[in-house]
Amino acid sequence: MKRAQGDRIFWLFAFFSSLSVIIMFTLLFYELLANSLPIWSRGIDFITGMVWNPLKGLFGALPFIYGTLVTASLAILLSAFLGVGIAIFLSEIVSGGIRDTISSIIELVAAIPSVIIGLWGIFVLAPFVRDSLQPLLQHLSFIPLFSGRTLSGLSMLTAILILTFMVTPIVAAIAKDALLMVPEDLKEALYSLGATRYEVIRNVCIPYARQGIFGGVILGYGRALGETMAVTMVIGNTPAISASLLNPGYTMAAVIANEFTEATGDVYLSALIGIALLLLLISLAVNLVGRMIVWKWQQES
Amino acid sequence: MEMAARKLKDHALTIYSLLSLVIITIPLLHIIATTVINGAQSLTPEFFTSLPKPPGEEGGGVANAIQGTAILVALTMLISIPAALLTAVYLSEFPESRLRDLIRLLNDTFMGTPSIVAGVFAYSLLVTKFGFSALAGAFALSVLAVPMMVKTMEEALKLVPADIREAGLSLGIRHWRVITSIVLRTAMPAIASGVLLTVARISGETAPLLFTAFGNPNFAGSVLEPVSALPLVIYVYAISPYPDWHRKAWGASLILMIAVLSINLITKYRLRRKR
Repeated sequence: MKRAQGDRIFWLFAFFSSLSVIIMFTLLFYELLANSLPIWSRGIDFITGMVWNPLKGLFGALPFIYGTLVTASLAILLSAFLGVGIAIFLSEIVSGGIRDTISSIIELVAAIPSVIIGLWGIFVLAPFVRDSLQPLLQHLSFIPLFSGRTLSGLSMLTAILILTFMVTPIVAAIAKDALLMVPEDLKEALYSLGATRYEVIRNVCIPYARQGIFGGVILGYGRALGETMAVTMVIGNTPAISASLLNPGYTMAAVIANEFTEATGDVYLSALIGIALLLLLISLAVNLVGRMIVWKWQQES
Repeated sequence: MEMAARKLKDHALTIYSLLSLVIITIPLLHIIATTVINGAQSLTPEFFTSLPKPPGEEGGGVANAIQGTAILVALTMLISIPAALLTAVYLSEFPESRLRDLIRLLNDTFMGTPSIVAGVFAYSLLVTKFGFSALAGAFALSVLAVPMMVKTMEEALKLVPADIREAGLSLGIRHWRVITSIVLRTAMPAIASGVLLTVARISGETAPLLFTAFGNPNFAGSVLEPVSALPLVIYVYAISPYPDWHRKAWGASLILMIAVLSINLITKYRLRRKR
């Protein structure tokens, strides 16, 4: 029986450390919920309230929820469009060394810390949005989305562009892998019938890889929702709901980053922790859906 | 369909995909180039070795932030590697069960935790009781690091052929010895790559440190004191009104970027050479 002793002890170690995953998960929710109770006791007003004025004791989180959803959603639309384009380029148009080189460059830049991207956002992208992009968008000012005017360049539009740059490499990498899994003989069959590349991609590749691509987009969306630093640095940090993307906005992650250490009083702090809980729930749900789609697709193919 | 129209669609697709690549690559390369050009001016020996000076005074450096990032990364790895490795072993080396599926699901879900939320978690769990500290910062970073590492480590262990395990067991070697000296040793290069990539990811994180490690204008004397970190310094300097601090933000960014990108490059190179 002595032989089994070592095995038993080793198993116990492994077992308890993996139990810690469950414990941490529970603890995470417990801490966020317990510490945000004062704000939940105010009821639904916290989520639907449009006014955030801690000095007057008004804690409406809607401007942040709006800012997070609008910036992340528009960014993921752009990212899906561009990411699939890049994936098609890498999987169908180039191959071998060129494909590997471009893929590694894109993966490498995706590793740049978000605070550096934010720094670039403040000093390069924001002035670009103000001086170059804004005059162009003036022609579209009849559309409410582009009706405003930014003097600093710190705006929702700047945040959307920053997020697009950050998330597209993720979408592109997963979509490329999905497209590369399309069986060659299916494509060959259509090519041998005289189909053009467009027709093969449209009728074989995209339908075959659809689930993988979609999973990648959802994972990118999760990433965009939770992104903090780069967005905080360029969005202008103004808790207002406005239709125009050229106006400053605020996100859930950004308000926590900015106000957490300055939050005086229990209600203020609990409001911020409540926002953290909401953000966690939204991102985990999105992430879970994305993983399930990617996972299911990997099982099937 | 008419041939010309089909050709046109084909060209449109090529242009769309090429344009997508260009639209995304240009800003990303611009970020690297700007950081190198702006940051290079700040990189004097003094920048690496001295403490920051108050605003308005020229000179000074980010030595405390470099020390802080080193402490935070080392502490995070000290916490995360054993936890993640044992969890990965449990997931891959012991029989399937409901519990394992649950742990895997929770671990995957955890990978979606926004980094700022990890900071809030560490704040309410540790900072409210013990104050700002390097340890609280490392805990927040571990919340992000462990799920990533469990995932890559489990994949690394799964790649070890079953024959090797069976060969070991059939020789009468105990299970735990088979795991530690055969399976883990075989999987070590892949595990090391996963750890390195996590180090690269973690060392650039800012949000979890804002209200845990907090920042410190001096060197930290112990892990229970607040520490500075390169990403924290970049953030604080970037949003400050002083041009001199902006220059220093670029300098600190260049140091951080070189560190993060070279870890990534080395890991990729190692992985490719193995194949």
